Amino acid sequence: MLRCREISKLVSESMERKLSFREWLVLRMHLAMCGLCNGFAKQVRFLRTAARRNSQRLADGQTDSDVKLSPEARARIEAALRDSAK
Amino acid sequence: MNRQRNQSVSELDPSKWVERHGDVLYRYALARLRDPEAAEEVVQETFVSALRAVDQYSGQGAEGAWLLGILKRKVVDHVRRLSRFDAAAGGEADADPSEAMFDAKGNWRADAGFRKRRPEASLEREEFWEAFRKCLQGLPQKQADVFALREVDGLNSEEICNGLRISASNLWVLLHRARLRLTRCMQSHDED
Repeated sequence: MLRCREISKLVSESMERKLSFREWLVLRMHLAMCGLCNGFAKQVRFLRTAARRNSQRLADGQTDSDVKLSPEARARIEAALRDSAK
Repeated sequence: MNRQRNQSVSELDPSKWVERHGDVLYRYALARLRDPEAAEEVVQETFVSALRAVDQYSGQGAEGAWLLGILKRKVVDHVRRLSRFDAAAGGEADADPSEAMFDAKGNWRADAGFRKRRPEASLEREEFWEAFRKCLQGLPQKQADVFALREVDGLNSEEICNGLRISASNLWVLLHRARLRLTRCMQSHDED
């Protein structure tokens, strides 16, 4: 039988690849009776939700709105764009 | 027809890129790389690449989202150029948190406890983001790199492995260690 240490690894890998049927079954059965691994699985999914939201906030310009490209950088980038448009 | 409207839906306007998207892309790059010079460079590379790829723009989705997609791939390239993932760069000796989190038999240690559930509501609290940022910054470098590429930027395993030239199993080990550390770290902030 797999211990929590290996189960937690399966939890993580289930976020990355399709588990084999056997792996999936072992994971399901363990999670059904182990509160700690269940808690870990929830946290891992929550981390994904939180990270995506973090990214969304950044992309929407909701955070650090005082952070801006410096005028020098802006000019340099404009110039690089003009150069490569030629 | 309404020219203005057409433009925002399906056409790109490179002459307005820096003005319209420069700051948002810079902010994203800076949050990800924490290095103003590198962030400026990545933004410049993004615009230049985008200009060469205007033919490939499908007209689907907003101009800003399309540029952000390009920026994320430039971020992977930048991380690779830092050479942290080269074999010669060596490992991170204390990077595996398993010993601290599992006992000799492989069971969670008593203090692992994932009792408290994080309600989605905590995402609206500024203290949550503060803790999240701190925990991310506390990760060993390689784990922080792959976690951010995977979960913040939302790139898939394949894009990251190709970008960094690492194997999938290598990536998954690093991601798993990052997740173990982050759950523990967020847990400790919970108890404050």
